[in-house]
Amino acid sequence: MTSAAAAFVESAVRTATPLALAALGEVVVERAGVLNISLEGIILTGAFGSAIGATHAGIVGGYAASMIAGVATAALFAFFVVVLSADQIITGTAITLFSIGLTGTAYRAVFGTTGAALSIPTSPRVSIPAFSAIPVMGSGFFDQPLVTYVAYALVPIVWWWMYRTHDGLALRAAGESVAAAEATGRNPSRIRLLAILFGGLTGGLAGGVLVLAQAGTFAEGMSAGRGFIAIAIVVLGRWHPIGVAAAALVFGAASALQYLLQALGLSLPYQLFLALPYVLTLAGLAGVAGRVRAPAGLARIEDG
Amino acid sequence: MTSGSPSSRQFALGLVAALVLMTMLMLGTAGFDIVRALEALVSGAVGSPDAITSSTLVRATPLILTGLAVAVAFRAGVFNIGAEGQFLVGAASTTAWALLFRNWSSPLLITSALLAGSAAGAAWAWIAAELRVRFHVLEVISTIMLNFVAAYLISYLVRGPLQEATHVYPQTESIVDAARLPRLYVGTRLHLGFVVACVACGTGWWVLRYTSAGFRLRAVGANPHAAQSAGQIDVNKVTSRAFLVSGALAGLAGAIEVTGVTFALYENISPGYGYTAIAVALLARLDAAAVIVTGVLFGALEAGASAMQRDAGVPSVAVSIIEAALILILVTVQRVRIRGAGL
Repeated sequence: MTSAAAAFVESAVRTATPLALAALGEVVVERAGVLNISLEGIILTGAFGSAIGATHAGIVGGYAASMIAGVATAALFAFFVVVLSADQIITGTAITLFSIGLTGTAYRAVFGTTGAALSIPTSPRVSIPAFSAIPVMGSGFFDQPLVTYVAYALVPIVWWWMYRTHDGLALRAAGESVAAAEATGRNPSRIRLLAILFGGLTGGLAGGVLVLAQAGTFAEGMSAGRGFIAIAIVVLGRWHPIGVAAAALVFGAASALQYLLQALGLSLPYQLFLALPYVLTLAGLAGVAGRVRAPAGLARIEDG
Repeated sequence: MTSGSPSSRQFALGLVAALVLMTMLMLGTAGFDIVRALEALVSGAVGSPDAITSSTLVRATPLILTGLAVAVAFRAGVFNIGAEGQFLVGAASTTAWALLFRNWSSPLLITSALLAGSAAGAAWAWIAAELRVRFHVLEVISTIMLNFVAAYLISYLVRGPLQEATHVYPQTESIVDAARLPRLYVGTRLHLGFVVACVACGTGWWVLRYTSAGFRLRAVGANPHAAQSAGQIDVNKVTSRAFLVSGALAGLAGAIEVTGVTFALYENISPGYGYTAIAVALLARLDAAAVIVTGVLFGALEAGASAMQRDAGVPSVAVSIIEAALILILVTVQRVRIRGAGL
């Protein structure tokens, strides 16, 4: 039972890590007033970028390439949304569609059509002394790949930046009211552009995690809806970095529930466990919605 | 027009063109025969009468119906991204119905099976509509979550209660001949569902344009606050109904796919029709009648893409790049905006 519990915690953290990374970026983007549906495409291009990077320049090169690919995809989204004031949902849908096509095509072009599975070395686990020895929880939280600790560190950093710096205040102002942001002498377009690029950075990294810390290979469409889940997690986490980290962990725990229930000897259809996180997310959204407020300017860039 | 300057719009168009060319160049340097691929794309879509009827129009049918579903919802300011899930539950419900009542006479069985699919699609959309009206849950998110749940539901059904008798393949038994839609032309795969889809679009166009219900829907979509205060329109009622109609249309698309094309339910019965539908609806500028044209265009693209993969080895997913490019060109040259009450 103890080993099942430890496996549960480890699995929860593993599932939560890419979601938390992507959602932390999306929080910044949404607080600037932009709903970036193309996050799904950003994660996918990040995953593909990391596969290319890792085959040429090792694991570090893979992570770097994942972030470059994510930022490039986000820049495309930002150009249409910020410069042309195009509809965010339509543009985001198009960019995700584009990313699916580009990565699927490029995968065949670069790695061939023979179907030989691409094998990429995965990043090793780094055990934090003392902490990892904590029973049940320790090995789950503190015996993880290095990038998981990056995600841990990013939570307080994003919180501090968003609520304790002038730039963070300007970001939140841009998301609530363009006029308010302009009154402080800031350029809301510039703020949104930078926020979207940051979202591309963490979203791309999330894709890199999928390849370099988990799957060890690239597969077409391997983002598998994680970008959309990350957007739901932002709402569940009430547009707050710490809430988002908690929501990602809850989603991870719901996904990992199957290990615990299997250990209890329950024989239920496995699809039930696969669907459970989505059902719980819906229930959670119904629970928090109405009691939280989205940034007032979300998805509404008015023509100036 | 969007608010960008003329030069930034030109830059956007250049950017989109460059991305498409870059993809072709990449495929070319990887050793794919681009000319042959493009030839296959065209001939697979419109190269022969059989390609047009048996491939393009057959592929267009679910795209027209799901495209109409998305257009109706978007016109009401409802971001129904869930046509995919509504399509899937519609297909499942129709299959189950057709298997259960296999002894019924053909017209009754087909009609009732299609209704069962529509009802299931509407019921699936109802969940998201209730979540929106009662709990203010953004339907963009809830419908996407429901798409995943629907996919796992199908996975369970075709491996569990609805699995074929030998329990080897993850699919259902084939439905009886009496439950299958008649062919329009003998010797082709084109079925009555294409006509149903076109009639649905015509009806949708007429309702939106000439009826008071259509007017209310457009008023709510254009500005929910004005519709509420100046027009005395019950916004929640109108958006919920639009959501249900949208779900019913997507469910009907699934029902027609089963009774007209696949004759059985299996996991990947939809190659993302519900997502392509968004592009179909947007390119039609959310006009119900224009959805027929854009549906056929995307049907041709997808039929051509299959031929391209078969004949030139270029992955059919490459056609997503063309679909995305079309949407990006559209948002560049024309002002397309959805103003929902929920966002």
